[in-house]
Amino acid sequence: MTGGLPQCTLTPVSVFILQRAATGLVVIFAMACIVFLGVYAIGNPIDVLINPAADQVIRRETIARYGLDRPLIEQFWVFLSALFTGDFGSSFVFGTPALPLILAKLPATLELAMSAMVIAIVLGIPLGMYAGLRHESVAARVIMSGSILGFSLPTFWVGLMLILVFSVELGWLPSGGRGATVTILGIEWSFLTADGLAHLALPAFNLALFKLSLIIRLARAGMRETWLADYIRFARAKGLSPARVIFVHAFRNILIPIVTVLGLELGSVIAFAVVTETIFSWPGMGKLIIDSIISLDRPVMVTYLMLVVTMFVLINFAVDVAYAALDPRVRETRT
Amino acid sequence: MSARGVAAGRSPAAQLWREFADSKVAVGALIVVGLCMLAAIAAPLITPQNPYDQSQLVLFDARLPPGSVGSGGYVHWLGTDAAGRDLLSAIIFGLRISIGVGVASGTIALSIGSAIGLLAAFRGGLVEAAVMRLVDLQLSFPAILLALVLAALMGQGVAQVVTALVAAQYAYYARTVHGAALAERRKDYVEAALGIPLSTRRVMARHLLPNALPPLLVVATVQIANAIAIEATLSFLGIGMPISEPSLGTLIANGYQFMLSGRYWISVYPGIALLIVIMSINLVGDRLRDVLNPRLKR
Repeated sequence: MTGGLPQCTLTPVSVFILQRAATGLVVIFAMACIVFLGVYAIGNPIDVLINPAADQVIRRETIARYGLDRPLIEQFWVFLSALFTGDFGSSFVFGTPALPLILAKLPATLELAMSAMVIAIVLGIPLGMYAGLRHESVAARVIMSGSILGFSLPTFWVGLMLILVFSVELGWLPSGGRGATVTILGIEWSFLTADGLAHLALPAFNLALFKLSLIIRLARAGMRETWLADYIRFARAKGLSPARVIFVHAFRNILIPIVTVLGLELGSVIAFAVVTETIFSWPGMGKLIIDSIISLDRPVMVTYLMLVVTMFVLINFAVDVAYAALDPRVRETRT
Repeated sequence: MSARGVAAGRSPAAQLWREFADSKVAVGALIVVGLCMLAAIAAPLITPQNPYDQSQLVLFDARLPPGSVGSGGYVHWLGTDAAGRDLLSAIIFGLRISIGVGVASGTIALSIGSAIGLLAAFRGGLVEAAVMRLVDLQLSFPAILLALVLAALMGQGVAQVVTALVAAQYAYYARTVHGAALAERRKDYVEAALGIPLSTRRVMARHLLPNALPPLLVVATVQIANAIAIEATLSFLGIGMPISEPSLGTLIANGYQFMLSGRYWISVYPGIALLIVIMSINLVGDRLRDVLNPRLKR
């Protein structure tokens, strides 16, 4: 497949990486088309932009100002060139440019998403490995039933229950907001203050639950499979301590699917944050997008979508590269 | 499994049921799913009141705690909501809408998705590359986000929500069928059928599709549960079902504002109903996956 390329200059890994980069660009372009069609062609921007009580002159003026009277192809071209310059238009609601508006909310969402990922990894890998090693034990069954729960329960419902139990009934943790923040490099962070951590706990756990279940399952399946592999049997037969076999030999192999899925799930954590942020009034991008969907703030919707797609593509790309670095088999099959 | 089943002279369905029934939990879950479906279908017959008939509502009964006797003279086992509706009745009617939307979107997504997957596997070449690329692209994007955006663009309504769910979920079916069809496509019986020659359409529908059924069944079960959960999420966020057709998600959203003031039941009981439905469908799906996936047999 790569035979036609000058192979003397490109290693198989860099061909693989270039291919993935090209795919990523195609994906971003495809999503731009879909977003354009979805937002500009299916919905009618005129209804949103113009007060229904406005007279014909104002209507025509506004339509001309936004270029809505021009052919679809031409509008698409204008849309695309605006994307390249990072000009997504101004929010109808706030009157400020959409991109900075969303980027200002990005740290809060990233903080929430990262906390959720950390919770999922720190709890999920050990629980899953244990469930894989002692898969007949009662504890393993409890862990696995818990992971089915984590998969099935809708995020918003778990969020409600967390608020009901920990905020309303027990009064231990606050039900919403970000709490006190510390400003570092001009960005506010909640996790550095006790109050901020208390505010972060419930939403982060809420968001982590789904990923936690996923990691438990992956780690368990990986552990069960790896434990039967010849090299593990050999390591055990050689008389290595069980701890060394588990944490050095088996652990590395379990990590491969987990790294892949984690990378891919990083994007979906940001997507799921939409629900969690809305329930816990966490002032991130997700809450902003729900608010702008409800107020039909089109530029913010478009910007958010393109931003999320770009983020997804970058994450997928990073995962592919990490995958090639971690798993020698990927490198070899590409040659 | 088929070898043993055939040897014992049982039909594949009977064999499937025998293996499925080995798990008591799964059978219990299947019974719960069946009961929920029955309740949903028979909603007007079994509920003490029609919660959306304004003439039956008495504002005096609003927000009664569970177990109170309202002005209708019967016990509100799960209490009443802010408009004086019997919550049990509202939940059963909500169940009807939630399950209806889930099953409808699941069926449509399954039909469209399998058709796309089968065609791609059979056509091959550029069609396959283009279609499956699109499917893969979509699968790298969370279904909930896609449904959210589409629902937001199209507005509230049953048809809109179903369309959003279908658009968000068809890709799962397409990939499953495509994978299964690709594996079957190379087998001798398909070559033989095409060599007779039978028409491609007949081979696809009568020979290939039945053999792609086991993985499809698993995916369909899980995706219907997902569809119900996504619909509930959309409705909870206020961009799903309209007020005139409240699903369980709408009921939960309506009760949310009263939760902080201690009137937990308005939100919690619809939530539990939603939970029971999703959990039991997932348990059935989990068991089906175990039974139907030969790789997991140890």
